[in-house]
Amino acid sequence: MSDAVHQGSACLSNPSCVSLASTIQSVARPVLIKLENVSVRAGGFALHALTLDVSAGAYAVLMGRTGSGKTTVLEAICGLRQVTNGRIRLGGRDVTDSPPAARQVGLVPQDAALFPTMTVYDHLALGLRVRGHGNGRIAQRVEECADTLGITNLLTRKASGLSGGEQQRVALGRALSWQPAVLCLDEPLSALDDETRAEIAQLLLTVKASTQVTVLHITHSLSECRLLADVALRLEDGRITQASA
Amino acid sequence: MTRRVSESRMRGGALPHSAWGDGIFWSIVCALSGGYALLIVALLLSNVGSVSWGVFLDVLVRPEIRRAAVVSLVSATLSTVLAMWVATPTAYLLARARFRGKGLLDALFDVPLVLPPLVVGVSLLILFRTPAGRLVERVLPVTYELPAIILAQFAVVTALAIRTIRAAFEQIDVRQEQVALTVGCSRRVVFFEIVLPQAWRGVLGAATLAWARALGEFGPVLVFAGATRMKTEVLPTAAFIELSVGNVQAALAISLVMIVAAMLVLGLARRLGVRDV
Repeated sequence: MSDAVHQGSACLSNPSCVSLASTIQSVARPVLIKLENVSVRAGGFALHALTLDVSAGAYAVLMGRTGSGKTTVLEAICGLRQVTNGRIRLGGRDVTDSPPAARQVGLVPQDAALFPTMTVYDHLALGLRVRGHGNGRIAQRVEECADTLGITNLLTRKASGLSGGEQQRVALGRALSWQPAVLCLDEPLSALDDETRAEIAQLLLTVKASTQVTVLHITHSLSECRLLADVALRLEDGRITQASA
Repeated sequence: MTRRVSESRMRGGALPHSAWGDGIFWSIVCALSGGYALLIVALLLSNVGSVSWGVFLDVLVRPEIRRAAVVSLVSATLSTVLAMWVATPTAYLLARARFRGKGLLDALFDVPLVLPPLVVGVSLLILFRTPAGRLVERVLPVTYELPAIILAQFAVVTALAIRTIRAAFEQIDVRQEQVALTVGCSRRVVFFEIVLPQAWRGVLGAATLAWARALGEFGPVLVFAGATRMKTEVLPTAAFIELSVGNVQAALAISLVMIVAAMLVLGLARRLGVRDV
């Protein structure tokens, strides 16, 4: 494990760590995900004045207790939850009021949320098809993606009959095939058994190494954070407070 | 004795009720539900058992009854098509959108189901006496004409269809639609490629129920369209007219036709997975 990751996990338990924004500013890469004093409400729950900078190409892991608002932050970035104050910038572009489709953010939810009536091929092709790519380009890209994720043998299967691990691979493929700028992972390993969790974690490391995508992965697991994070963050008491690069 | 006491403690102590109590509870539940099931069976059997098959065949070949059957089938089908066209997007709106006044709109869509049928008919009649209604009548005569039957059926069955389709939409995980939006799908693509393929059983089930209800709609049709023989008479109004002139056997025969149609539709709806009929 790299020193940076050790540094990150140590920082997680150290309340004297400097704030995230100032820490990430020192990183040479341009900032890709930027939250500026974002406030967001989810029913009776609210987060206020969130600040977050994640550099391009970084694998950021946002930790926090159950109910701390991790998913709410992710939904705000994806455009699935309207912010009540502040700005969200992705790659320098203000997307605060943009619909989800215009944000270039791929999402893998905790339960995969596959479309039961579609085949695995259809899942991987969807993002390319709605962007008007031709059938040849779609087939080529789906093949590449399926090969990386180890799901080539599943392409003709309907999503409804897949195991938990297979579903997560397909959800990852659906989010990555159209090459988004940002990949948001909402506790992608938490519903899996130990063996499958290790497989998917390994797969995430492969994705991290083989793509330029900037990842924001939320979890409550310290071990996931240690294994995957370039940048470790914590959401606590309505604030994102700690980081390490 | 000591061992018994310790075992009792280990099991959390003795329960204050016995298996007899559960038996009595289930006996009462079964007796009440069984009694109601018996009533329905008795209603159906009494109708079937009272029909003279000679009269049944005579009634079926009478031109005015055949005409009423055709008007019933055509109007029920057209009103169902119109109802589905309106109810499907409305049900999706209620299932997914959040907006001010949604509760009020939701309650409003239930009004045709809870209003007395006569009131629906009278209201339609009055609506077409207003200036706007008269304007429509100049272009397309509605009151006491065939369109009145379709509109009276449509007013009621759309509300029923909205309820049923909404339940089908609400069973679909909203997260799927959210993910599809992030992938780049428009709302139209999400609806037609993600939602409808999953909800088609519910939508088809709603259509069958709407059709059955339209076929049996009586009050609003009688008031708004009348029951002119060979023109606006439908099967329910035909049965009513036969009954009012003392021709009970003919009324029973027409009722039997509607019972068979309703049973077929109910069976189809169940086969399509619609349970909350």
